[in-house]
Amino acid sequence: MQLIPCPWCGPREEAEYHYGGQAHIAYPDDPQGLTDQEWAQYVFFRDNPKGPFAERWMHSAGCRRWFNAVRDTATHRLLTVYRSGEPRPEVPTP
Amino acid sequence: MTLADVEHPDFLWRNPDPASGYDVVVVGGGGHGLATAYYLARNHGIRRVAVLEKGWLAGGNMARNTTIIRSNYLWDESAAIYEHALKLWEGLEQDLGYPLLFSQRGVLNLAHTLQDVRESRRRVYANRLNGVDAEWLEPEQVAEVCPIVDISPDVRHPVLGATYQPRAGIAKHDYVAWGFARRADEYGIDLIQDCEVTGLDIRAGRVVGVNTTRGRIAAGKVALAAAGHTSVLAAMAGLRLPLQSHPLQALVSDLLEPVHPTVVMSNAVHVYVSQAHKGELVMGAGIDSQNGYGQRGSFHIIERQMAAALELFPVFARAHLLRSWAGIVDTTPDASPIVGLTPVAGLYLNCGWGTGGFKATPGVGWCFAHTVANDEPHPYNAPFTLDRFTTGALVDEHGAAAVAH
Repeated sequence: MQLIPCPWCGPREEAEYHYGGQAHIAYPDDPQGLTDQEWAQYVFFRDNPKGPFAERWMHSAGCRRWFNAVRDTATHRLLTVYRSGEPRPEVPTP
Repeated sequence: MTLADVEHPDFLWRNPDPASGYDVVVVGGGGHGLATAYYLARNHGIRRVAVLEKGWLAGGNMARNTTIIRSNYLWDESAAIYEHALKLWEGLEQDLGYPLLFSQRGVLNLAHTLQDVRESRRRVYANRLNGVDAEWLEPEQVAEVCPIVDISPDVRHPVLGATYQPRAGIAKHDYVAWGFARRADEYGIDLIQDCEVTGLDIRAGRVVGVNTTRGRIAAGKVALAAAGHTSVLAAMAGLRLPLQSHPLQALVSDLLEPVHPTVVMSNAVHVYVSQAHKGELVMGAGIDSQNGYGQRGSFHIIERQMAAALELFPVFARAHLLRSWAGIVDTTPDASPIVGLTPVAGLYLNCGWGTGGFKATPGVGWCFAHTVANDEPHPYNAPFTLDRFTTGALVDEHGAAAVAH
């Protein structure tokens, strides 16, 4: 089973976590001001890269805190983890 | 043609090098791409067609799915296209002149909670209004259709009933691909393997060709039928799609005596099971939650799936897992596909079938070919536009589709 390094608890088995999809999606500052196209992008459209992807995980069977990870979706290799609120770190492309 | 004639399929089609250009280039040599090419020739007389496949023919999701065919979807839009597909399945062996082991053994969709029961009955009524055969079965009737299902009330997920579509069933996925490939080849369509698209040549808003690992190929039109890799291809045209690619796992047991007469699906416990003609139990799981292009999934998903399967089918306790694998499925926010035009002239999308594209193979081939040939959606795929995510006209099939396709 894949080990995921929680930034607070350290490496734990994948089954302890829940997935949260793409990271760094901010709620719009002025939702009323968005066009339909912009609102659709916010609600329904997410990046779907084959390669490094910044995404959210929650350590639901541990500290129950959200954090972010950069993971390569082609290899499933976790490249780095970082705490929510921190900017996406530079990750050398494997 | 008998079954014995199709044991060695190597020479059912030529293996040509790409020509310099085609009227239509179909990207993706799986079931959808092959069916689209076939119907382009058969229904629309378009034969200067190439199907480009980055690996080997039908080696992606077409080789990895659990081959369930049904049309019992909730909404009118879905019922229309899936029932169109099912009607084509019913004549497909004759049409292709090829045995597909198409077996209408019925499908049970189990209900385990009162909410399931209400939704299932609603779906049965909706199916009947749309001319789709559907029945509601009480637990004792479920046991009559499939005696190995445990209907005792004291299990973790008791069977409170099921929807039943008698015309549903399974087919042999490889034979389906080979059947379409053979006929497409006879029409003169080039099926080009080991040919990965690396770029889309777009000039003044119109696609004019594709760059591939085997050189540039000019194209009047380009039709994407690449399932889990559609986002990667669309990005080459600057298109962002509401798709997420996930691993979807399945497995087979060793070969067993015939014990399972139908197809059983359970959304609540994330498992769906049939028994192939050869004798192995074929089981599918829910998607792995994380995005992934790796064609493999996490083992705990399989463990949970087996736990659920064993509770539903105690008789499976002594079966052995022979092998497991994963495909890459492209899921959409409303669990319905995207089939139609794009903002780029001459570029067409067929994607978002998520966990359930196999059953649609002939239907989507028919409709996508129409869309490409006429530069206009077929009425059956007209509701499944990309812009429904902006207009809000979603076709929410999470109940009928969701995990267990």
